[in-house]
Amino acid sequence: MSGPAPGFGATVVRAHRAGGLVVQPRMGFGDPVVMRTGLAATRAARAITAGTITVDSYTRTGDLAAARRALHSGQSLNGYPIATHDPATTRLVLTGLLGEDFPVQVRHGSACPRDIVEGMIAAGLTATEGGPVSYCLPYGRTDLACAVRNWAACAERLAELRGAGAEPHLETFGGCMMGQLCPPGLLIALSVLEGMFFVRHGLRSVSLSYAQQTNAEQDREALSVLRRLAEERLGGVDWHVVVYSYMGLFPRTRSGAEALLAEAARLAVAGGAARLVVKTTAEAYRIPTIAENVRALETAARAAATADPGPPPAETGLYEEARLLVEGVCELDDDLGRALVKAFRLGRLDVPYCLHPDNARRSASFLDGAGRLRWAATGRMPIRPEGGGTSRPLTAAGLLDGLSYLRRKYDEAAPA
Amino acid sequence: MGLNPRAGRALRTLVTSVASDAHTWNLLHLQLVIEEMGHQVVNLGACVPDATLVAECLARPPDLVVVSTVNGHGAHDGLHLIRALRDHPRLPRFPVVIGGRLGTDGIADPARTRRLLDAGFDGVFDAGADLSEFRFFVDALASRLATTGSWRG
Ligand code: B12
Repeated sequence: MSGPAPGFGATVVRAHRAGGLVVQPRMGFGDPVVMRTGLAATRAARAITAGTITVDSYTRTGDLAAARRALHSGQSLNGYPIATHDPATTRLVLTGLLGEDFPVQVRHGSACPRDIVEGMIAAGLTATEGGPVSYCLPYGRTDLACAVRNWAACAERLAELRGAGAEPHLETFGGCMMGQLCPPGLLIALSVLEGMFFVRHGLRSVSLSYAQQTNAEQDREALSVLRRLAEERLGGVDWHVVVYSYMGLFPRTRSGAEALLAEAARLAVAGGAARLVVKTTAEAYRIPTIAENVRALETAARAAATADPGPPPAETGLYEEARLLVEGVCELDDDLGRALVKAFRLGRLDVPYCLHPDNARRSASFLDGAGRLRWAATGRMPIRPEGGGTSRPLTAAGLLDGLSYLRRKYDEAAPA
Repeated sequence: MGLNPRAGRALRTLVTSVASDAHTWNLLHLQLVIEEMGHQVVNLGACVPDATLVAECLARPPDLVVVSTVNGHGAHDGLHLIRALRDHPRLPRFPVVIGGRLGTDGIADPARTRRLLDAGFDGVFDAGADLSEFRFFVDALASRLATTGSWRG
């Protein structure tokens, strides 16, 4: 393989226009041979696929010495150490696989992504995901201001590749904050804000994420609001929406896990998303195998093929809520990075149950009888909970109950 | 918290993750469980470097350290962490337990548990462990401290 990889965004959008949903795993292995086998199997799956290299936790947290030790000692890593393997090795992993019809994205979760970005560029890759907020607050204890600087530099570094004929792509992880229990209005706002941040730092091709939550109707409304805000705020750039199958406590039964994944695929189709990131039947237990990933890709593709878009979702005020949150940030500073830092310091953005030191921790959420995710408290955000909110104290059982809602629902529906 | 411990005296506990692990729902849940048993909790949050944990233990010596990690690197990171605590000349030998999902294989490997115990952990609660064993451990510790004033039986 030589020269830069073709554009991730363009390939996905082309496939979507041709009538397909692109499905993608969350796959990463420490061993390059296994990683290559996984990418090849993804490509060969009976589905329109994009490939993934998920990076391990040592590399994510900048502990490259630990990543190197793990490779030498044979410790099983939870991802591919892209800043430790020689770029020539990573090129070999990709040779003959990465191409016009098979884009590959690097997924990590680092607030200090420089080494990862250099590693992927050296290997010929130009697509990754993250964001100054979404790869900071849920991913450790790095200062938000520091993450903003790092992500501005990362976006600019990627944008430079356009000079070399590539179309670099960045996806926001803002629509997946904490995986669960973050109400959709805030997910949408963060996804849009991070997309705007990438564009201001030079990217021309971005995607906006949204993770399936606990009520399908609410999620469909969320996707339509996300697209509407993206149209308003991301004019002139190439963008698409990516749905994640549920990012919280996953069903333990095989049929429960597959039914939840199929529901995510139907949501992606109904919500006009171009791409879906899948989860496997191993999710509740351990890192999935290659075979489990392929099976998940094919399950999702089958569900998407027969999904029908359905009627437009009812409007419940989500658009207004998300817009208020976005505006509440933008008015704080002309520089969006500084505005985001101020917004968290002032509590204008406040992610429920996030323990990061820069999060205000005055907000709370709950699931209503229909499984809709709602605000119990909004702290100093420029929005108010419907009906004034509730002030039930958080208990271990109450928290676990909310976290396990979908697990319970899908495991109970599963045949014994 | 205004609750009284079910057994013995209120413990000062430290809930923490390991350096590489970003997951926090497990930490928050354990914090609530321990508080509801009537004990005090300082929750250090995600990605805690060994040095931060050592500094915290020096500043406010705990009665119990609860390490929770699910990202699959826990068995390795746990070994580092326990050596940093046990080898420190100025830290007393307070109990330290570890739990969560300590490998990437989804099983509670007995050899892994053995290694962690040998390295100085007082309890290991790997994949699938239910919380009643942990509650039992905490109750026993609280009553031992109340009656003998010592961490060890
Ligand atoms: C939410 C989630 C996330 C969120 C976390 C946000 C946050 N800040 O917390 C996000 C999206 C950021 C995330 C990221 C990652 N995740 Co994650 N995540 C999950 C998920 C879906 C749910 C976790 C959850 O909600 N737990 C709720 C708590 C209450 O339950 P619990 O974690 O099971 O813990 C209970 C028990 O384990 C036990 N326990 C835990 N600790 C202790 C300690 C003691 C002493 C005791 C007694 C008991 C105990 O008690 C807890 C309460 O009942 C799980 C899969 C699942 N479980 O369905 C994956 C999962 C934990 N993640 C996983 C991984 C690998 C990652 C990543 C490394 C990315 C990757 N390679 O896939 C990164 C982490 C990066 C890093 N630096 O570590 C893997 C771990 C695999 C393994 N160990 O084999 C899982 C299992 C998914 C999978 N199957 O691959 N994740």
